[in-house]
Amino acid sequence: MNFALSIPLEHVFVLAAALFCIGLTGVLVRRNVMFVLMSLEVMMNACGLAFVAAGARWAQADGQIMFMFILALAAAEVAVALGIVLQLSRRFDSLDVDAANEMHS
Amino acid sequence: MESLFYIAAVTALASTVSVVTAKNASHALIYLIVSLLSVAVIFFLLGAPFAAALEVVVYAGAIVVLFLFVVMMLNLGKGSVARESAWLRPNMWILPCLLTVPLFLGLVYVLSGQPVQTAAAMVGPKAVGTQLFGPYLLAVELAGILLLAALVGAYHLGRRYLSERREEV
Repeated sequence: MNFALSIPLEHVFVLAAALFCIGLTGVLVRRNVMFVLMSLEVMMNACGLAFVAAGARWAQADGQIMFMFILALAAAEVAVALGIVLQLSRRFDSLDVDAANEMHS
Repeated sequence: MESLFYIAAVTALASTVSVVTAKNASHALIYLIVSLLSVAVIFFLLGAPFAAALEVVVYAGAIVVLFLFVVMMLNLGKGSVARESAWLRPNMWILPCLLTVPLFLGLVYVLSGQPVQTAAAMVGPKAVGTQLFGPYLLAVELAGILLLAALVGAYHLGRRYLSERREEV
């Protein structure tokens, strides 16, 4: 059964742009590292949505493949970033990104 | 049937705004799951069922659970919500919104051209797999190396007392 719909491509792209901008606002506003990372995830997800929509425009698999690479990138980024979050909370006893603004060793 | 897309889009937008504005980290993660699931619905409607399944399994299943583990490990108590309120004063939203709203309007202006419809065709896992292990094989290997590097980096960063060990050396 084919559920695929014919949706205006602009609407999907505007949705992706809106999600990206919301995530960017979150990265700029939040001071808690966890929320900054979540906003980064939202931004990467929006990029993936744009890729899948572009792939659906020509009914090609390339968009989904780029989405899978974004997925792998997001997984790698989250693994390293959460390690850094744990170190941050151990050293400074805080999740504030501004706590780690000095470049001492 | 097209209304399904708009319902999922509104759900995604509302839950994503809730992620960014939430005070409690666990609540934000639940909103993030809702956002990712609605994006998965959109993937399915766009004719990408494999991407939709990966969105649910990897994003909502693995990545958000990783976040949840860290939130549990950090043991954010009741004080964290009050601290978030202190960090997140309402006037802090003004300048970032002034920066991102023009960006969004510019993107909408660029995207508003000739109306184009997406092809109402399903691109199944088989087509994705043949492409992935054909022309994109090198990129798959590079993604594997990236994940290995992330594994080593996460192992190194996850050790208990990084600074003390360095001082011993």
